Amino acid sequence: MATSVERRVEPVIRRRILPVVEVRGLGFASILAGICLLVIVLTGIFAPLIAPYDPIQMNPAVRLKPASDTFLLGTDAYGRDLFSRIVYGARISLTVGIGAAIISVAIGLPLGLLAGFFRILDAILMRIMDGLMAIPSILLAIAVVSLAGAGLWTVLVAITIPEIPRVVRLVRSVVLTAREEPYVEAAIAVGSSLPKIMWRHLMPNTLAPLIVQATYICASAILIEAILSFLGAGIGTETPSWGNIMSEGRVYFQLKPSLIFWPGLVLSICILSINLLGDAARDLLDPRLKQRGGLK
Amino acid sequence: MERSDPILKIEHLVVETTGRRPATILNGISLEIGNGETVCLVGESGSGKSVTSLATIGLLPKSALAARQGRILLEGEDLLTAGSSRLKELRATRMSMIFQEPMTALNPVLTVGRQIEEVLQAHSSLGAQEQRRRVLDMMEHVHLPDVERIYRSYPHQLSGGQRQRIMIAMALILRPKLLIADEPTTALDVTTQKQILKLIRELQDALGTSVLFITHDMGVVADIADRVCVMHHGSIVEEGSTDEILRTPRQDYTRDLLTSVPALMPREPRAEKSGEAILEIIGLGKIYSARSLFRPRQDTVAADQVNLVLRRGRTLGIVGESGSGKSTVARCAMRLIEPTSGSIRIGGEEISHLPRRALHPYRKRIQMIFQDPNRSLNPRLKVGESITEGPINYGVPRPNAVARAKELLELVGLPVDAIDRHPHQFSGGQRQRIAIARALAMEPDVLVADEAVSALDVSVQAQVLDLLDDIQERLGVAILFITHDLRVAAQICDDVAVMQKGRVVEYGPAEHVLRHPQQDYTRELLDAAPGKDWDFPNFRPLSSADLPAESFKR
Repeated sequence: MATSVERRVEPVIRRRILPVVEVRGLGFASILAGICLLVIVLTGIFAPLIAPYDPIQMNPAVRLKPASDTFLLGTDAYGRDLFSRIVYGARISLTVGIGAAIISVAIGLPLGLLAGFFRILDAILMRIMDGLMAIPSILLAIAVVSLAGAGLWTVLVAITIPEIPRVVRLVRSVVLTAREEPYVEAAIAVGSSLPKIMWRHLMPNTLAPLIVQATYICASAILIEAILSFLGAGIGTETPSWGNIMSEGRVYFQLKPSLIFWPGLVLSICILSINLLGDAARDLLDPRLKQRGGLK
Repeated sequence: MERSDPILKIEHLVVETTGRRPATILNGISLEIGNGETVCLVGESGSGKSVTSLATIGLLPKSALAARQGRILLEGEDLLTAGSSRLKELRATRMSMIFQEPMTALNPVLTVGRQIEEVLQAHSSLGAQEQRRRVLDMMEHVHLPDVERIYRSYPHQLSGGQRQRIMIAMALILRPKLLIADEPTTALDVTTQKQILKLIRELQDALGTSVLFITHDMGVVADIADRVCVMHHGSIVEEGSTDEILRTPRQDYTRDLLTSVPALMPREPRAEKSGEAILEIIGLGKIYSARSLFRPRQDTVAADQVNLVLRRGRTLGIVGESGSGKSTVARCAMRLIEPTSGSIRIGGEEISHLPRRALHPYRKRIQMIFQDPNRSLNPRLKVGESITEGPINYGVPRPNAVARAKELLELVGLPVDAIDRHPHQFSGGQRQRIAIARALAMEPDVLVADEAVSALDVSVQAQVLDLLDDIQERLGVAILFITHDLRVAAQICDDVAVMQKGRVVEYGPAEHVLRHPQQDYTRELLDAAPGKDWDFPNFRPLSSADLPAESFKR
C-alpha cells in the first residue's frame, strides 16, 4: 500500500491575513494579461510623449492614408493619425473603466453596509436596487446622455448607475453573514459604536470580493463606453475614444477596414486582460482562504 | 478476560501526511479488539484518534493522508492492501461506522427508511417486501417509536437522538462484526447521550458486535469501555482495562488527563462576601414570534419568568440541555437581544429597556466570554487591537489602554509580545485567554461566560477554569456561567440554576442542587452525566457518601 500511494502536491495551507500576490501561483495567461494592461495604462498616462501627432489636428492633405513610416496605422477621413488617436483613446477608456469601478464601489459599499446591518433600510434600499437592476444599462445610459448631453462625466454617471446595485448586493450578502460572527457581538458588548463596528469589523470582510467585482465593473464600463460612443450617444468626436474612432471608421469600413480593426483589437485586448486579472484575483482571494486552520 | 482471535488487529500503523515534507500523524500504533469487546480510544484533539478510525474504515482523505507502514487486520484480512471494491463490500457487511453529527451524515432529501434500505440493496438480494420488513425490524431494535411513521420521515423531522438511532440502525442492519463509533454522542444532550450509550451496549450484547469507540470524554469511557487506549500525539501511550486506567494510570499523561476531569461534586461552599447583588434578573421573558401572512403567529417561548440574582465575587451557573433557554437569558442580560418582558438590573439600575445611548455606560459593567474563541476574536485584528477596543471606546487614552492590555495578557498567562500577533497564531486555549483578557480590560462587575470552556480540550478546560477562579479571587468579579456540563458547573459555581424549556426549574446553592436535587429533571440530568460514579481526579469511584444524589433511589 505504502508504495502504491501516489505522491501528490501538498495542499497549500495559506495562513495570511491579507492576500499577498503569489506570482508562482498565477498562470501564464494572467501574467500576459498583466503586461498588456500595464502597457495600455502607461500608454494612456504618457500619451503626449508617445503619440507622434496631435490626435485632433485635421489635415485634409493626408486623408485615408494607408499605414506607412510617417503614419504608423494610417490616417482617418479627416487626415488625423490613427495611432495617435488610439493612444489618446486609452485615456478615455481607462478613465471611464477605473472611474466607474471606483465610483460604484464608493457608493455601493456604504449602501451595502447599511442594508446589511439595518433591517428596515434593507427592505427599502433593496427594492430601489431591484428597480435599478431592471433597467437595461445601455438604454439608461442613452437616456441620461440625451438628457444631460454627451461628455465624459455624463457617460461615466450613466455607466456607473446600473453597476451600483451589483456592488450593494454583494456587500450586503457579505455583511449578512459576517454580522452573525461572535466577534461582532463582542464588539457590541465592549461598547463600540455602530460606525466603528461597520468600518472595523464588517467592512474588511467585503474587500476581497469587492476587488474582484471591481475588475468586472471596470471591463464592462470600458465596453459600454465604447458601445455608447459607437452609437453616437457617448463622448463627442473631438475627444478620441476607441468607441468613436470605430464609429467614424464605420462609414469607410469597406474602403479602409483598419479604421475599425485597430481600435477594436486594442479594446478587446484591454477587456480580456482586465477580465483575466479579475479571474486571477478571484482565485487568489478564493473563499477557501477563509477556512484558515481547517486542515490541521 | 479470555480472548479469542481478535476481530480487529492494528499493527504498527504509521500514517503520514502526503507532500514534500511528510508529517507523522500516527506513529506506529497497535491495538486489538476481541469479539464483543468495546475498546475506547481516548485522547485530546489532534491526538490521532479519528485518523485511526478513518484508516480502519478506509476513508483516509487520499490527497492529504496516507498509511505508510503497518497492517490493519479485520478478521485476518489486511484492509490496507484491499482494493476499493473489496473495501466497499466490507463496509456495512463486516464493519461500519457512525459519526458525531447524524444530521450531516444523513441525506436530507431522502426518507430515513429509504436510506436504511439502500444499505440492504447494495449488499443483499432481498425482495422489496423483505427489505422493508428488515428495516422496520431494525428500527424497532434501536427503540424508535412509531416506526411506520419514522420510516417515512426525513432527517430534519427527527430529533438528534432519533437521527443517531437511525445511523446506528443503518450501521448494524447487516450485522457487522465491528462498529466504529467516532464521538457518536458528543453532539447530543446528556440525557440523550445516556440513552444512546445504553443502546450501543444493548445491541452489542444482542448481536455480539465489537466496538471501537472514539471519545474525548472520560465519563463516557467509564460508562462504556471494556478496555481503554489513551492516545497522545499519534501514539498509544497507555492501554489497559477500564478499571486499570481509571484507578492506577501508569503514565503521567493519563494522570494529567484524569485529574483535569472535574468531579461531579460541588465545590466547597465559599463564605458569602459583601453580598451586594450586582446582577438581578427579575421575571425575565423572551418570546420569539414567527409571523407569516397566511399562518397564525407562532410564538416560541425561549425564556419565561426567569428570576436570578448574582452577587459580587460569586459564580452563578445556569445549566440545562440545548434549547433550555440558558443562552437566551445570558444574551438578554448582555442586552445582545431584547427581552420581551421582565427586568434586568445591574448594581440596582434597571437596564432592560434603556435605549442604545443610555445603555452605553452599563455595557462596560457586564462583559461576555463566548464559546468559540476562533470566532469571537476578529481574525484581522491584532490581539492588542481587540483588547484595547473596549477601553478606547470609553475614553481611555491609547497608550494607557495598551499598557493595561499588556498587564492583562500577563494576568491571563500569555507572553506580553502576544499583543502584536494575530489570533490565528494561538491555540484554542490561548485564544480563550485572550478573550478573557478582552473582557477584563473593561473592568466589568459581571463576566458572562457562555459555554466558555465547552470547545476546549479537557486539560485546557481545567486551566481556563482555574484562571477564571483566580481572576475572581483577585478582582472580585461576579461570573454568570452558562454550561451544559454539570461537572464544570460543580467545579466552579457557588449557585446553580437548572433550566428546562425556558424556565428555571431548580435554583439554589450548588451544594443543594447537585447533592440533594428536589426536581425530577435535575435528578435526570445528574443521573445522565457520564461517569457519574467516578471521582476521576482521585482515581477512585465515588463512595456512596459522595454520590451526588442519594435521592436517586426511587
